[in-house]
Amino acid sequence: MSGLEQALGADAAPEDQRRHVTGEMTRVFSQARWFHGFWADVREVVQYRELLGNLVRKELKVKYKDSFLGFFWTLVRPLLQLLVYSVAIGFFLGSGKVIPEFGVYLFTGLLAWSLFTDIIGGSTGSIISNAGLVKKVYMPRELFPLSVVGASSVNFAVQLVVLLGAYVVTGSWPAPSNLLLVPLALITLILFATALGLMLAAANVFLRDVQYLVEVGLLLWFWMTPIVYDWTKVQSTLTDAGVPWLFDVYMLNPMANVVLAFQRALWPGGLTEQGAPFYYDGPLALRLVIISAVSLLLLWFAQRVFARAQGNFAQEL
Amino acid sequence: MSDIIRLQGVSKQFRLRNDKSLKERLVNRRASKDNETSFWALKDIDLTVAEGSTIGLVGHNGSGKSTLLKVIGGVLTPSAGIVERRGRLAALLELGAGFHGDLTGRENVFLNASLLGLTKKQTEQYFDAIVDFSGIEEFIDTQVKFYSSGMYVRLAFAVAVHVDPDILLVDEVLAVGDEPFQRKCIERIRQFQGEGRTIVLVTHSLDQVREMCDHAVMLDHGHSILQGTSVEIIRAFRDANDEVAAELLDDATESPASITDVQVTDPDGAPLLAIGPDQPVRFRIGIEAHEPIDDYVVGLALTDNMERLVYGTNTHMLGITVPPANGKHWVEFAVDRLPVVEGQYYVTAAVHPQRGAEWHRVDRAAVVRVRTTASEVGVVHLAPRFSAGAAS
Repeated sequence: MSGLEQALGADAAPEDQRRHVTGEMTRVFSQARWFHGFWADVREVVQYRELLGNLVRKELKVKYKDSFLGFFWTLVRPLLQLLVYSVAIGFFLGSGKVIPEFGVYLFTGLLAWSLFTDIIGGSTGSIISNAGLVKKVYMPRELFPLSVVGASSVNFAVQLVVLLGAYVVTGSWPAPSNLLLVPLALITLILFATALGLMLAAANVFLRDVQYLVEVGLLLWFWMTPIVYDWTKVQSTLTDAGVPWLFDVYMLNPMANVVLAFQRALWPGGLTEQGAPFYYDGPLALRLVIISAVSLLLLWFAQRVFARAQGNFAQEL
Repeated sequence: MSDIIRLQGVSKQFRLRNDKSLKERLVNRRASKDNETSFWALKDIDLTVAEGSTIGLVGHNGSGKSTLLKVIGGVLTPSAGIVERRGRLAALLELGAGFHGDLTGRENVFLNASLLGLTKKQTEQYFDAIVDFSGIEEFIDTQVKFYSSGMYVRLAFAVAVHVDPDILLVDEVLAVGDEPFQRKCIERIRQFQGEGRTIVLVTHSLDQVREMCDHAVMLDHGHSILQGTSVEIIRAFRDANDEVAAELLDDATESPASITDVQVTDPDGAPLLAIGPDQPVRFRIGIEAHEPIDDYVVGLALTDNMERLVYGTNTHMLGITVPPANGKHWVEFAVDRLPVVEGQYYVTAAVHPQRGAEWHRVDRAAVVRVRTTASEVGVVHLAPRFSAGAAS
């Protein structure tokens, strides 16, 4: 105690008024091991759910801060993509004559794809863009990629409203029979993208090239997914070329399955005039369940990689 | 009192890589191994902090103080060892407590408070107090990136002290705020101490350590060299610094003069151990000149047992020209009174040229004990007369 307090009689609070921290000593960290700790980490994330909510809000706020149109930009990109592909591919290349309701077809695919790119692109940079927080305060660092997932899902919901508007304008609504594929495909997409995002977020901290690699990779991936063309073209071309098995390889792409499910559920032009299905008519639900299961395993793996890496985040930033 | 923070054998290794991009690594794959150097920022630190105590971490730049604080805060994971703690923790590490530049002060307060474990409702309850404490009402709705570093620290400190922490980690931040705010912070830290909260403080100001901490840890190159009361540590730290200075001096040139001894005597030259505040004292400093010296300065300082500077002067400040000397000789400072409160006072003497590094200095070369009849605290023995009466 300082002399000042001694002199002025400002003694410390009496013993019974002093606070006492109750509770056991807890380890501040534990060395991450491969086969333990996943559930503990998940529990911790759940404990911090209110913070996660705040981070999602922050993510949405920061993204379009200082921009005049603000949240409206969420819609500009997909709408512009829609316009470009409609004109270039639908009109000039003539796909619009082959694929009925080409605009809605495009948009359903783009809807799923932009959710995917938002999550992957966003979470890759999430640790670095939140360096200020990572270096100063402890929290489960998984929250940053997860907050990107949350914010991207909100953007997705907004874009979904545009799709509803398109139904109203065109006056044709999707058949309700396949609508259940949407939540299933959405779960698959989010599980898969979160797993990838976690790994990329951690990798990008140690090697900044990852974010550029991701940009290039996503471009490649986009064209490997039946969004602006239809899958029947791929199948028939590969069969004509005498390598039908390559189509099975093509269908291993989780995003191809997700996009096909979106098209099957949300695209009213899925049936030809004769009533034959134009959308992918394979066992999509089964495929999605399998991909989800694999993604879940991948998510576990990604979280373990992340947990092992996160101890060094603060020093690498 | 029970422990609130416990560290056992904590080590932290940093890997320094000079190449960060893939291209660099591929192009210089051979050199990549060479570029990777590692060093121990912390090595085998054992530390326990008792609940309600205030502990200071002292050391040079790069000695591992901030790393240790980050390890306690859980921001860095140690390479080896165990860190345990109890209760809610708030940390002010480096600048700011984790603000996002694009958000306004208000939004950051809410985000930051939730980072520290407060619910939205609790934050709303404290919000006015936080803004009031920070004193930046006008800028609360401005984006934080436009803040000055002082404003930043004000807001960060305000949040950290309002989230009701059991443990408060403070790293060097108090130096940024202006004087009134610093005082406010120190007051608040005092209040925390009174309430029995635990504080871990990193600072370069030894005065702050002396004033605020009851214990301290001295770190050097990641090793915890010494743990003890703050006065012990301050003294050890000062001694260690003097050694460094002395080594530098030896390397440079053989010093032209050195101090041989310091004596505290009465006017008749008899050695003194204890005196009253009104007795005359002489401080006689023996000097040996290894070569003829001219135009040099002799300094004298008194410190108390808390390492506080009580008095200091030198011949230059007094406007005295010391006569040229060669070989052994002495100089003397005589005072009529030593009006200080009761306690032990240490005499430090130094000799140095008019310009340039000091030739020699001896810390606590002699001790003088002052006895007073009054019971008082502080530094100066004022011996007030007291009277009272009705106000007219």
